[in-house]
Amino acid sequence: MIVRSLLLSSVAGVLLASAAAAQTADPRSSLSPGLRDAGQVASGLELEHSLEPAPGFFDPEAIFAPQPRRPQGEAATPAAATAEPPARPRYSPLALANSDMAVSDGRLFVGSFHGFNAYDLKAGAAPELVMSVVCPGGQGDVSVHGDLLFMSVEQNRARLDCGTAEAEGEVNADRFRGIRIFDISDLNAPRQIAAVQTCRGSHTHTQVPHPTDPNVLYLYNSATSGVRKSEELGICSDGQPGENPETALYSIDVIKVPLDAPEQAAIVSRPRIFADRETGAIAGLWRGGAAGIASQRTAQTNHCHDITVYPELNLAAGACSGNGILLDISNPEQPSRISELFDADMAYWHSATFNDAGDRIVFTDEWGGGTSARCRAEDPATWGANLIATVEDRQLKGQSFFKLPASQAASENCVAHNGNLIPVPGRDLMVQAWYQGGVSVMDFTDPARPMEIAYFDRGPLDAERLMVGGAWSAYWFNGRIYASEIARGLDVLKLVPGEHLSAAEIAAAESVRLDTINPQTQTRIVWADSPDVAQAWLDQLMRNRAIEGELASRAQSAIESWRAGQGGDASGVSEALAAAASRATGRDKTRLTELSALFGRRAA
Amino acid sequence: MSLTLGLIATVLCAAAPPQTPPIFQPGAPGQPPRVISAGESVGLSRTGFTAEDVRFMQHMLVHHAQAVAMVELLRAHGADATVRQLGERIALGQAAEMEQMRDWLAAREQPEAAADPHTGHGGHTGHGAPSDTPLMPGMLSPARMQALAAARGPAFDRLFLEGMIDHHQGALDMVDALMALPDAGEDPLLSDFLSSVVADQSAEILRMQSLLSDLNPTAEDRP
Repeated sequence: MIVRSLLLSSVAGVLLASAAAAQTADPRSSLSPGLRDAGQVASGLELEHSLEPAPGFFDPEAIFAPQPRRPQGEAATPAAATAEPPARPRYSPLALANSDMAVSDGRLFVGSFHGFNAYDLKAGAAPELVMSVVCPGGQGDVSVHGDLLFMSVEQNRARLDCGTAEAEGEVNADRFRGIRIFDISDLNAPRQIAAVQTCRGSHTHTQVPHPTDPNVLYLYNSATSGVRKSEELGICSDGQPGENPETALYSIDVIKVPLDAPEQAAIVSRPRIFADRETGAIAGLWRGGAAGIASQRTAQTNHCHDITVYPELNLAAGACSGNGILLDISNPEQPSRISELFDADMAYWHSATFNDAGDRIVFTDEWGGGTSARCRAEDPATWGANLIATVEDRQLKGQSFFKLPASQAASENCVAHNGNLIPVPGRDLMVQAWYQGGVSVMDFTDPARPMEIAYFDRGPLDAERLMVGGAWSAYWFNGRIYASEIARGLDVLKLVPGEHLSAAEIAAAESVRLDTINPQTQTRIVWADSPDVAQAWLDQLMRNRAIEGELASRAQSAIESWRAGQGGDASGVSEALAAAASRATGRDKTRLTELSALFGRRAA
Repeated sequence: MSLTLGLIATVLCAAAPPQTPPIFQPGAPGQPPRVISAGESVGLSRTGFTAEDVRFMQHMLVHHAQAVAMVELLRAHGADATVRQLGERIALGQAAEMEQMRDWLAAREQPEAAADPHTGHGGHTGHGAPSDTPLMPGMLSPARMQALAAARGPAFDRLFLEGMIDHHQGALDMVDALMALPDAGEDPLLSDFLSSVVADQSAEILRMQSLLSDLNPTAEDRP
């Protein structure tokens, strides 16, 4: 979330209001408001559990603004500036906001601008709060590795000791902006064991495993805010590269964590990943501004907002303010840029998600920064949306946009935000948070025609005024979707079968289990052979009318034999499917081939 | 886990309802955490702001209003279409930031106008020759504004760009000056606002410098 983009909104609104996409009537567009009792609606999803915020992590006075501003035009009331500092305001919409999440060893960690909360996940039961850690500083992006939890800290108020005590002076030795490392081996005594200071703090971070050494973990730090004074942190200096080649702008931080001595974690490089390939100029990508008269005003590429890595492919996708970029991370300490994308409709490249094959990337555009209403009927359908890109010959190419297909109220902050893949074999599905736009599941199997196949939404926190809330992240974690609600707590959603998704496809997705999930560190999805996986392939072939009736019947009965624990004609079906595959094209060819191979293994 | 920590956790568990999970406030790296109550936790979330934070926002409102006034002159006297387009974007951006500043002040029950808008420089003379002293640091002096208002065509464009670059640089200087003060800029919304001011004004300065170098000055255009 970046509050800055509030100011982009009116520019865009004025310039492109006429380009708004037509929105069809959708039940999501007219839900009743409320904090706890807002109207809600779902399609293809079911709200299984809804947990209120953890004790000590909720303050209604922080969420709701005290009073509307006086009407425009009324004379300002002159008042004497007081020498006394004013009282601490209660209204601070992000002070206790829930943010990003990670899962490890049956536990869900929900980050917050105020610290983090740990929940026990048990099948069939609501997540159970285990403990809370208070450590203010925002935005509390979390990731987990073994006994270590990493947390991003960016705000000036953050203190090394997780306190809020006042400190004096321009240069403040107690200030902390960077990545904290906690030892969470004992949840009855979580300890901060290291705190790596960085020049621009830490907005998000991404774990990158060492290619060969299991004792080394890297963190890619993406920092979006101002540069600290060199008197406070010696490695930092500000300015444009022309006047200061050492500037802390235009780089990411690579932090090396020796896992046997994590307290020694330190920055090992600050690669210039935006440099011009020809000239070597440090500021080689988008310089900020609009590409044309009717274009979005795109932010300057002097940082990444978030980076998603796919270590098995040695690739990283960077969502870097004014550009989307593709990095080769064969040498994690020196990532090198191999492709970049600019798009005149993208205001702020915010996050990236690979499909499982690694040949598509969903980039989100956080137009309006997450605190603004950007899904109103008059907002352009290509602004604040997902950009679906393909990767061919290691080059990025933009293909299409997907935006929440339901207009939202002017009092609902809404824009594309965090999500991850739902592991349905044969399809590229992504669940995603849209703040108060709710949770949406997008099918981008065809990168030219992404479509929504499921959603969940609540009405606004407030009918009239925009109070910041909604789903920050919505992630598929081992069979369920967890959505961190900024103001309302934690939601757990399950997929339900319907026109666009079969019971077997859901069962196949639910069968995929991982010990640790940090959504920005992607791993190849592996499905164990099962009747559900076979049925999922078959369901897709039948939905696409890509299999003959007789072959479908034979495959169906082979799956039923499998379910019944009988042999069936797996070998014959496998051969027939392989023959059909030889005549098919595209994804359906892959499906026939995969299903044939599956029965082949079954027959062996 | 140290013995002390074990004792703290045990004592707390005995005192609190057993189903209430503990809330920890960690210490600095290497230090033990302490257990706090839900009320203490909420208390720690309340972020203060300083009188200087308030004055910064009040002053920045005046500062931004000058940019909007400069664009009004641009509409009347500018020549280059690209400069005009940039000016419109600057005006919209500055106006949007002004809304944010007013909202920030109102939500904290602070007045929009500073009690000391002139910061002791006496920029406003009311009669006679316009002052060379800016109303406040980071703004153009009345004399420069008058020179701008008198210019026309390409000469105007150049003065506008030079003036707006200095004006934007002034905003960056104002942020620097604020951040040099104790406890300044810690309010989360203000902290993000400061980042946005720095990022956006810096980007616009670059754009204007590039435009300025494109406007190849000729002798007849020179004032």
